[in-house]
Amino acid sequence: MAEKYQLKKTEVWDGNMAAAHALRQAQVDVVAAYPITPSTPIVQNYAQFLADGYIDGEFVMVESEHSAMSACVGASAAGGRVATATSSQGYALMVEVLYQASGMRLPIVMTVVNRALASPLNIHGDHSDLYLGRDAGWIHLICNNPQEAYDLTLCAFKIAEDERVRLPVTTNQDGFLVSHTAQVVHPLDDDTAYKFIGDYKPLNPMLDTENPVTYGAQTEEEWHFEHKANQHKAIMDSFPVIEEVFQQFKDLTGREYKTIETYKMDDAEIALIVMGSTYETAMVAVDEARKKGIKVGVVMPRVFRPFPYNQLAEILKNVKAIATLDRSAPMGTTGALYNETAGALMANGQSAILTNYIYGLGGRDTTVEHLLQVIEETQQNAEAGKRVTPLQGFINLRGPKLSFN
Amino acid sequence: MAFNYDYYLRTDKMPTLWCWGCGDGIIMKAMIRAFAKLGWDKNDICIVSGIGCSGRFSSYIDANTVHTTHGRTVAYATGIKLMHPDKHVIVVAGDGDGLAIGGNHTIHGCRRNIDLNFVLINNFIYGLTNSQVSPTTPKGAWSVTTQYGNIDPTFDACELAIGAGATFVARESVAQAQKLERIFVKAFQHKGFSFVDVHSNCHVNFGRKNKMAQAKKNMDWIEGNLIPKAKWDKLSPEEQYKLKQEGKFPRGIIHHKEEPEYCEEYYKLIDRVRGK
Repeated sequence: MAEKYQLKKTEVWDGNMAAAHALRQAQVDVVAAYPITPSTPIVQNYAQFLADGYIDGEFVMVESEHSAMSACVGASAAGGRVATATSSQGYALMVEVLYQASGMRLPIVMTVVNRALASPLNIHGDHSDLYLGRDAGWIHLICNNPQEAYDLTLCAFKIAEDERVRLPVTTNQDGFLVSHTAQVVHPLDDDTAYKFIGDYKPLNPMLDTENPVTYGAQTEEEWHFEHKANQHKAIMDSFPVIEEVFQQFKDLTGREYKTIETYKMDDAEIALIVMGSTYETAMVAVDEARKKGIKVGVVMPRVFRPFPYNQLAEILKNVKAIATLDRSAPMGTTGALYNETAGALMANGQSAILTNYIYGLGGRDTTVEHLLQVIEETQQNAEAGKRVTPLQGFINLRGPKLSFN
Repeated sequence: MAFNYDYYLRTDKMPTLWCWGCGDGIIMKAMIRAFAKLGWDKNDICIVSGIGCSGRFSSYIDANTVHTTHGRTVAYATGIKLMHPDKHVIVVAGDGDGLAIGGNHTIHGCRRNIDLNFVLINNFIYGLTNSQVSPTTPKGAWSVTTQYGNIDPTFDACELAIGAGATFVARESVAQAQKLERIFVKAFQHKGFSFVDVHSNCHVNFGRKNKMAQAKKNMDWIEGNLIPKAKWDKLSPEEQYKLKQEGKFPRGIIHHKEEPEYCEEYYKLIDRVRGK
C-alpha cells in the first residue's frame, strides 16, 4: 500500500505540483510520459512520489510522446486507471493516438500545460496545442490557477471514468503563468481525494481473459459513421455528468465550478469571452472599467469540449457587443472562440456585435491596460449599434497595427 | 596565431545559452575547425539540429541551418541532401533526440547510407529538461525519473549504427578536442552515412547528483570509460563484453567501409530510367 502524504491545509504549489499531487492521490495504475517544457515537472514530481513510496502504480518514461500516449492506450484498454502529461510539440506528436484513445472510449486523463507550437520554436504559453486537439474527441477542461489545476484534475478522473461518459479528458493550464507560478492551494487529504474519485471500474478490459474483446477494430463505410456519431453523442451527453461532478466537488470542498464561468455578467451590456489565466486579468479589467461606468462582464468556457452553446447564448442574451479573445494563431479565419460564440448566438436568434482579438501568442504579455483598450473598443461598437472596429485585431503586437475586416 | 572561428559563427548570438563548461562548445569549435581544415565554404554547409541543448548548433553556426522538431533531424536532413547532394549536411542531435524519440530515423538513415554526417552529442541525460533518464544513462545512475538508480539497459550507440548499416562509425570524447577534430575531418570526408558518438559532459544536469558536478570531474569519468580501439581489439570477446557491462567503450574509428551512397544510387536510377 502506498504511503499517505502528509499535506497541510494550505500548500504553496505551482500548477505542475498541483497536477502531480492530484495524479498521486488518484492512485493511477500506469503513467507513461516523456519530458517536455513546461509540463516536465508534473511527471518529474510524480516519479519522485513513486520513488518515495507514495504511489503503488507504474511509471514508465518512454522514448517519445507518441509512445507515451500509445502506452496509455494499451494500459487503459487492459483495464487500468491511466494518466499522463504533456505540452505543445509533445501534444502534437500525440495527436494520432489522441483520436485512438477517444475512439476506443478510454478514460485517460492528461494534464496539459499549454504552450506555443513551432515554428518558430517557442517554449512559452499559448493555446495552440489545446486548439490542435479540440476535435480529437477528448473533453477539455480549463484551469486558471494551481488550485483549479488540482481540483479539476481530480474531477477529470471522475468525469472520464463515469459509465455514462467513458471518454478521455484533458485539464489545461497556461504554460509558466500557471504551471510555474506558485500560489496557495487548499488540497484534500489523500483519503478524501481518493474517495471522491472512487475505485477504478474497468469496462471490457483486455486482461479479462474469460471475455476476450477487441479494441480499435476496422470499420469502413458500413459502421464507421455510426461509431463516430455515437462517440459524438457520448461527448455531447457528458454535460450533465460534468455538472454533477462539479456539484459533488462543491458539496465536498465548497469550491464551485461551472461549465461556463462568468464575472459581473448580470447587468453587463458588453462582454469579453476568454479562456485560461487571462480570465483573471480580465476580471481586474472589468472592475476598472466599471469604475468608469462601463457595464462590462467577462465569460469563460470552463469546458471547451463539449462546448456549452446554449448556456453561452443564455448568458449573452442581453449583451450588445462582445469581444472574443483567442490565444492561438487563427491562420486564415477567425479564432475558435469567435466561431463558437457566433454559432451559439446565431442558433439562438441573437445578434450581438461580435469581434475577435488574438492575444498572448508565444507567451506575449497581456495586461489589464490591454484589456481596457479592448473593452473601450467593444463599448464603441455597443454605442454605435454596429461594428465600427475591425473584425479581428491583435493585442500587444509589435510593429504596425494589424487588423482584418 | 589562434584560430579565428568568426567566419563560421553568428557572433551576435554570443554568448551561448549553454551552461559554463558545457561540452557543446568544445564540440562546436572542433566541428568548425574541421570545416576550416576541409576548406568548406560556409554556404555549402547545412546544419540540421533537433530539440535539446544540441538544438542550439543551428542557432550559433553561420551556415544554412534548420532547427527542426524533436527526433526528426535525419528525416529533414535526408530531404535536404537529396535536393542538394553536393552540399555538406551535418546532423547534430543529443542522445534523447537521436536515440530515443528519433531512434527510428537514425537507424534508417544508417541503413540507406545517405551521405549525412551525424554528430551524436551523448551526455547520458535529458539535459535541457533537467535530468530525465535517457537511452544512454548508465545503469545505476541517478536522474529525476530514476531517483534510486536507473535499471534500464543502455544503447551502445556505435554498435547500433554499425548494425543499422552506417559506413563510418567513430567514438570520441570532449576531453580530447584535437582528436575530436581529426575524427570529424575523417567523418565529414567519408562518402556515406557517418556517425560520431561524442561523449560529452553535462555536469549540471547529469553530474549534479552523480558525484561529478564539475565539468572536469564529468570529463574525467568520460575519459575513464573510453579505451583506445587498438587496445580494445586485442581483448577477447569475453573481456570486451565484461567491460561493456561496466559502461566502458572503445574510442576512435570503430568501423569504416565503402558502400554505394544513397544519393548517387538515386540519381543513377533517374538517369537509367530516363535512358541516358
